Amino acid sequence: MNMLKTMKKSTRSNLITYGIVVLFYLVMQLLASGGVLSNSMQGMLVPICTYVVLAVSLNLTVGILGELSLGHAGFMSVGAFSGAVYWMIAGQNLPSVLGLAIAMLIGGVMAGVFGFLIGIPVLRLRGDYLAIVTLAFGEIIKNILNAIYLGWDSNGFHFSMKDATALNMGEDGKVIINGAIGISGMTKASSFTAGIILVLITLFVVLNLINSRAGRAIMSIRDNRIAAEATGINVTKYKLMAFITSAFLAGMAGVLYALNMSALAAKKFDYNTSILVLVFVVLGGIGNIRGSVIAAAVLYVLPELLRGLNDYRMLIYAVILIVMMIFNQSAQVVAWRHQVWEKLSTIGLFQKLAQAKKQNKGEA
Amino acid sequence: MKKAMSLVLAAAMAFSFAACGGASGTSGAASTASGTAIKIGGIGPLTGGAAIYGNAVKNGAALAVEEINAQGGLQFELNFQDDENDPEKALNAYNNLKDWGMQALLGTVTTQPCLTVAPETAADNMFLLTPSASAVDVIKEDNAFQVCFTDPNQGVASADYIAENGLATKIAIIYDSSDAYSSGIHDKFKEEAATKGLEIVADEAFTADNKTDFSVQVQKAKSSGAELVFLPIYYSEANLIIQEMNKQGCTASIFGCDGLDGLLTIEGADTSLFEGVMLLTPFAADAQDEKTQSFVSKYEEKYGETPNQFAADAYDGVYTILAACEKGGVTADMDASAVCDALKTAMTQITVDGLTGEGMKWEATGEVNKAPRAVKIQNGAYTAM
Repeated sequence: MNMLKTMKKSTRSNLITYGIVVLFYLVMQLLASGGVLSNSMQGMLVPICTYVVLAVSLNLTVGILGELSLGHAGFMSVGAFSGAVYWMIAGQNLPSVLGLAIAMLIGGVMAGVFGFLIGIPVLRLRGDYLAIVTLAFGEIIKNILNAIYLGWDSNGFHFSMKDATALNMGEDGKVIINGAIGISGMTKASSFTAGIILVLITLFVVLNLINSRAGRAIMSIRDNRIAAEATGINVTKYKLMAFITSAFLAGMAGVLYALNMSALAAKKFDYNTSILVLVFVVLGGIGNIRGSVIAAAVLYVLPELLRGLNDYRMLIYAVILIVMMIFNQSAQVVAWRHQVWEKLSTIGLFQKLAQAKKQNKGEA
Repeated sequence: MKKAMSLVLAAAMAFSFAACGGASGTSGAASTASGTAIKIGGIGPLTGGAAIYGNAVKNGAALAVEEINAQGGLQFELNFQDDENDPEKALNAYNNLKDWGMQALLGTVTTQPCLTVAPETAADNMFLLTPSASAVDVIKEDNAFQVCFTDPNQGVASADYIAENGLATKIAIIYDSSDAYSSGIHDKFKEEAATKGLEIVADEAFTADNKTDFSVQVQKAKSSGAELVFLPIYYSEANLIIQEMNKQGCTASIFGCDGLDGLLTIEGADTSLFEGVMLLTPFAADAQDEKTQSFVSKYEEKYGETPNQFAADAYDGVYTILAACEKGGVTADMDASAVCDALKTAMTQITVDGLTGEGMKWEATGEVNKAPRAVKIQNGAYTAM
């Protein structure tokens, strides 16, 4: 307990975040082994992990770096497709843990490369250019992946933008990416444990980056670019560092997502998915990593819990989002919350004081 | 303050998971307690862009279940869940139905979600009969069967129909390259057209992000001198294309597949433009046989609209499950895996006379055998050709 008190405030806060994730894992495992966890909840565990990783990584760009990115699903899809292609060709034959780890690494690196390519020209600019470019990137990637036909046989890769018959493959060839249908017939590899490990890795990377020298440089750029430049901080370098890390983690999340399902189509990675992740970040609190973790988990599960309401489901979900946003962010409501909080604590204080007086009298 | 907020959120999370656990407990109890009715789950888009299909399937299936339950004998219970035409949501809906105690799945309605759900059902040994997901990969596993034609079949059948009836020799295609259903039909149609001596004079694609302005595609189709425009797409885009064709004065006739079904139900559309549109669909609401007429009148009475092919597919699907259940001796107290084993063998032995085809039979591969029918829109209604 003493150790907890003497600890740095940020370290304690980080430990609480890790603690929430580990506790969540343990509770879910316990419930699952007890057989009380519903199929519906079990099916959502891996997607929850995916969206938590996505939200945390996007928060690095939006909250810590202070640049708006509207194409997070684009990085996710680059990771998902490159990881899944590797999985179809080689990963399936390896032990599933090793195969998954390599696929994630490949997915992450590919997404990171794209992050680098986009970041180099755009992050040199001032203003909201990143939002526009990432928005375009997400759409471009989706449309390209929709048109790609990729096959694999003993001679290597065959590639076409026309149709599957144009691949001209040998007899042992198999079509891996089949245009708009995408990849189908994958064996599943993602597990809840793998998902939680990825969440912990993501938190470790992001939280340590924030509390490091580089992280302070990144935040100083966010807060005042001119002052940061004046103190000799290489603005482009640190911006790139945050952005590429964010893309890399999104790519890994994409692989986790892809290998949780037996089919993968580019259609999923559209503007709506990017916005969904941004919603998690905004409602969890911009720059608040723990908030992203919790918001992603709660908001992903919410529509499924509302299934009982049938047709009113999406309506209620939207209303809940609006109410949450007002409760968290509206200045008046925040002021009102402070008032109530103070009132409650003063009432509590008065009661304590009154009790203490009574006791004193009694003793006297 | 942040701390307080995270506490509230954490509490909300804890509550939501507790609620989850609670829900699963009750549903588990329900599945053992009832057991008088066979539980059929349905998955399809009830909201979003493809909602018309999901709702039609839901209504058609509900109607069939009602009839079957009124007859006595085997009793069915239907639970239809929304998937928003999203594979991920479909998987969630599937898990949700499993918690409910589903014994057989009628779904999913659309192709892409079905590609994701079908392998899951194979792993769980859950019987799957899709009314309308038409890709070949959907029925790859031996537990999966289709009521509708596969995409390649539709492409081949369309080309054959056009060639054999001499509808046209110069054909333009406008299709959605980002959609599995549309590009599946397109590829096979092109192959078959070449062997049948049909000439493809224009082959224009659009994508899901780019489907509000079709002036370029229509312009090309027009200037290529096509006599017929083949539209292997869904009805909402087809509506825009037909309007654009009218605007540009393109007089080529229009031929489509089952996705065009729904044109006449678009609210506020000028249905006079749809006169003469031909589509290959196994169901026409104005067919004169007794079965169709009784279905259509009941459906109109109950839901206030004319049923489309998806409703008919679903209606047939439920009756197919009934026939297979009777053949395989399935009872409501069997578990899903035993039901699946019984239905799998029964499916290849039954013959169903449905709305979408006489004497429907199934291969062990899951493909259905029935004759395709073409209909034409005349005086604002489908007429058999």
